[in-house]
Amino acid sequence: MTAAEGPVPAGPGPAGPAAAGPGPAGPVLDVRDLHVRIASRMGTVRAVDGVSFDVAAGEALGLVGESGSGKSMTLRAVLGVLPAEARVTAGEILLDGVNLVTRTQSELNRIRGPKLAMIFQEPMSALNPVMRVGRQIAEGPQVHLGFSRARAAERALELMRRVGIPDPERRFRAYPHEFSGGMRQRVMIAIALSCDPEIILCDEPTTALDVTIQDQILRLLARLCRESGVSLVFVTHDLPVVAQICQRVAVMYGGQLVERGAVGDVLLDPRHPYTRGLVRSAPDFDYVRDSLVPIPGAPPSLITPPPGCRFHPRCEFAEEDCRVSETPLRMLPGGRATACLHWERCLEAAAADRAQA
Amino acid sequence: MTAADGADQASALLAARGVTVSFPVGSQLAARLRHEERLLRAVDGVDLEVGRGEALALVGESGSGKSTLALALSGLRPADKGKVMLNGKTLPARRSNADRRRVQIVFQDPYSSLNPRMTVGGMLRELLRVHQVVPRNQVAEESKRLLTLVGLPAEAVSAYPRQFSGGQRQRVAIARALALRPDVLIADEPVSALDVSVQATILNLLDSLRSELGLSLLLISHNLAVVRHLCDRVAVMYLGRIVEVAPTEELFGTPRHPYTRGLLAAIPRLVHDASSAGAPAIAGDPPSPLRIPAGCRFRTRCPMAQQRCAEEDPVLAGAAQAPGHLAACHFAFASAPPAASGLARTADQS
Amino acid sequence: MSVIPLIPEPGAPGAYEVTTVRAEPRRARRWYTQPALLSGIVIIAIILVLATGAPLFSSYNPNAQNLNATLLGPSAHHLLGTDQLGRDTWTRLLYGLREDLRIAFIAVLFPFALGTVLGSLAGYFGSWADTVIMRLVDVVVAFPFYVLVIALVFVLGPGERSIYIAITLVGWVSYARIIRGEILVAKRQDYVLAAQSGGLGSVRIMGRHLMPNVITQAIIYSMSDIVQDMLAIVTLGYFGLGVPPPTADLGSMINDGQNFLSTHWQLTTIPGLAVVVVGLGLSLIGDGLADLLRPGQA
Repeated sequence: MTAAEGPVPAGPGPAGPAAAGPGPAGPVLDVRDLHVRIASRMGTVRAVDGVSFDVAAGEALGLVGESGSGKSMTLRAVLGVLPAEARVTAGEILLDGVNLVTRTQSELNRIRGPKLAMIFQEPMSALNPVMRVGRQIAEGPQVHLGFSRARAAERALELMRRVGIPDPERRFRAYPHEFSGGMRQRVMIAIALSCDPEIILCDEPTTALDVTIQDQILRLLARLCRESGVSLVFVTHDLPVVAQICQRVAVMYGGQLVERGAVGDVLLDPRHPYTRGLVRSAPDFDYVRDSLVPIPGAPPSLITPPPGCRFHPRCEFAEEDCRVSETPLRMLPGGRATACLHWERCLEAAAADRAQA
Repeated sequence: MTAADGADQASALLAARGVTVSFPVGSQLAARLRHEERLLRAVDGVDLEVGRGEALALVGESGSGKSTLALALSGLRPADKGKVMLNGKTLPARRSNADRRRVQIVFQDPYSSLNPRMTVGGMLRELLRVHQVVPRNQVAEESKRLLTLVGLPAEAVSAYPRQFSGGQRQRVAIARALALRPDVLIADEPVSALDVSVQATILNLLDSLRSELGLSLLLISHNLAVVRHLCDRVAVMYLGRIVEVAPTEELFGTPRHPYTRGLLAAIPRLVHDASSAGAPAIAGDPPSPLRIPAGCRFRTRCPMAQQRCAEEDPVLAGAAQAPGHLAACHFAFASAPPAASGLARTADQS
Repeated sequence: MSVIPLIPEPGAPGAYEVTTVRAEPRRARRWYTQPALLSGIVIIAIILVLATGAPLFSSYNPNAQNLNATLLGPSAHHLLGTDQLGRDTWTRLLYGLREDLRIAFIAVLFPFALGTVLGSLAGYFGSWADTVIMRLVDVVVAFPFYVLVIALVFVLGPGERSIYIAITLVGWVSYARIIRGEILVAKRQDYVLAAQSGGLGSVRIMGRHLMPNVITQAIIYSMSDIVQDMLAIVTLGYFGLGVPPPTADLGSMINDGQNFLSTHWQLTTIPGLAVVVVGLGLSLIGDGLADLLRPGQA
């Protein structure tokens, strides 16, 4: 069992047992070699190309990447809500050992509420604007847990209190548009929690929020994870946000995973040039560098990706073998994994960065 | 060219004095029944100066009025009260072309700030010709120079916006803003809509343009990391007012307004300490701009709100011990700030 | 047009973003793959060829009466027979189509222009201009289109000029509404703010910046408007308020022929069918254009 203590006090050096990954009970979610293809007029888009990760009970895993990295598609594949043109073409998604890829829609429906929930970036479009908020929260327990209307309403009120919505009795009958952005996000969290899921998938839930509200929501999520032992998969492009709420992080690029490990480790001692590039190009509040170093080049085409390592056209450590050989994720000691063939050089460069800062 | 009032205005290039911008909202009768104001005061009495060659950040969350203030400063939305001054001269509501040229603006959304039906060259040429920035026969040359200045290939002149990526579009927007050779460039969240790795290129570009061209930059952003990286001075806005102004490091090192302190504490950090668990930096939601609290508008969320705060609206003022640092709080420069009072309600606001 | 790679100097602004500009996608190849658009164009093309080349397809004078050869059925000499005054029906059909199409295509331009201008003013400036123009729209719209057109022509006296005036006075409202709606949305786009910030005048912004972005909807609408105008012209002709006889005109042909419906049904039905086919062709073009132009917009 991983320590569900909230963010790990980080610093350079090996991570503690909190980063070891799934415990003896096995992971709650185990994604193995997932491939998602999207049919488009210009060809087949390899949106997710061989992604594997797992999430232990009570753990928060961050999935970090920029637009086009495939992180949102991965989440949608897990939840089973891929757009019509997209399909899972290979791989397994094991939720408590059950492979979701082979389930039918009705089977998935039975699993989704109680075990698996999702919160989205834009609460206004994820909430039904013409349905009262209380009813939306109560719907899950009624459908999946067979609660009576009264009991479901009770539960909804209790959840509203838990997520910090003031005056829940009155707010129960309100409509989504009567809430502020932060409050709507809390409603979404309440809906997600309504059937006591084992894992909640979060697709950039705080990106659209103000800093102070984001702070509130992140702390709320961290607290809820601690209290109820629910796992999180948290997708974002914002590195400090991942650092605040997750114990482990997986970095995605061009539809593939390029690095994985404890969040403090990965962000401070990146072992993949892309991760290092992300860290160096984002202005960090605490370390004001002389100049930001952007990542040269542009994201790869997912229809005709570069051969070998997808990052090599933009990589300063690239060599012949990067262009030629496949670069699957390779395990390193300390629960880390990287797809880079020359990760040692990257690590050295990252250490030099830190020495300068 | 010094203004009549205030010695500190001698170096101010662009200044706002008591600027108020309001929007009429809804039916007046219904508003009166609900005891609400008929006006939404997006900007409520703001004094601000942008010095020559300086980079000033305007920071705030949604509803703070920072974008509206930017519109007022750039002349796109006339101020309802107060005045905007350029080099000490008050600008009329309808600016002359000569004045318009001096202040230009870059918008947040690169996908709607470029006309989809015009080529990049077309946009630039039109501006250059209408304002006669260069003689007619040099217009094409100048267009290419502008593009090179922002790091785009000269061939981009004949391309349409849809052929560019988000980062490239922002460059086009910057080139367009620079076409009229402004003194002040207002950038309203210029990188918020871009990917992280692309943000750096635009930020570096703004930085280098500032030093190369001697531009003043007014950067509007909600991202304090960007601000710390790029700007000399920071002004913090809350519900239409400026609540604190100070040089960057001074503000982040010694914030004097409780809102600023809360904002800084709320920033997610790459490295954590024990304070990251526990209560959030600022609780509750901001009040509706239609029902701004009497007295200090921040008191409803302020951990050290006192009785005085409900009665007296604090003025943005400084103190001798901290030159150049202004804050709108009764206890900003007090040697012993009051303890947490619990007078703030985290009650529902809407 | 190929992609233009550029490798800038390290350290130069933009050195770290590959500044290639995407080649212009091949939009042209799409139009003929649209079945609706293609069939519409084919139909109208055929009709236009027949109508404009009327003298080539028939040797008769459309107004030449031959009282010895009245009410003949279709034959080798008279493809569609003759009418009650011995005039060749096929010839009259072609010349009638020519006449009515000509008037319809011209008639659509004036409401288009007037409606677009008024709609732009209403949408862009708002306040009293908007109020006045929209109230005017409300008044005109209260009347059914055909009723008003016919009434106006009746008052103004039959003839081509009256048709143009009537259709313009009644038809501008749809364009005004469409354009006003588009402008209300478009003027909120940042590029309009940017143009204003650049000190460009309102007229220039409306004409040069907004118009190209909003005009497509009006163009699409004008396709169905031509059909409507065509029907109006035919209706007016039916009532004797169109072009004065003896000029061939589909409407008056329908009217003349209705007395002989039981015996020589082709005199009425053929002109009617011609109107239907034209309407079909134009509607297909309108649909095809709508599909083509909308997703293609950047």
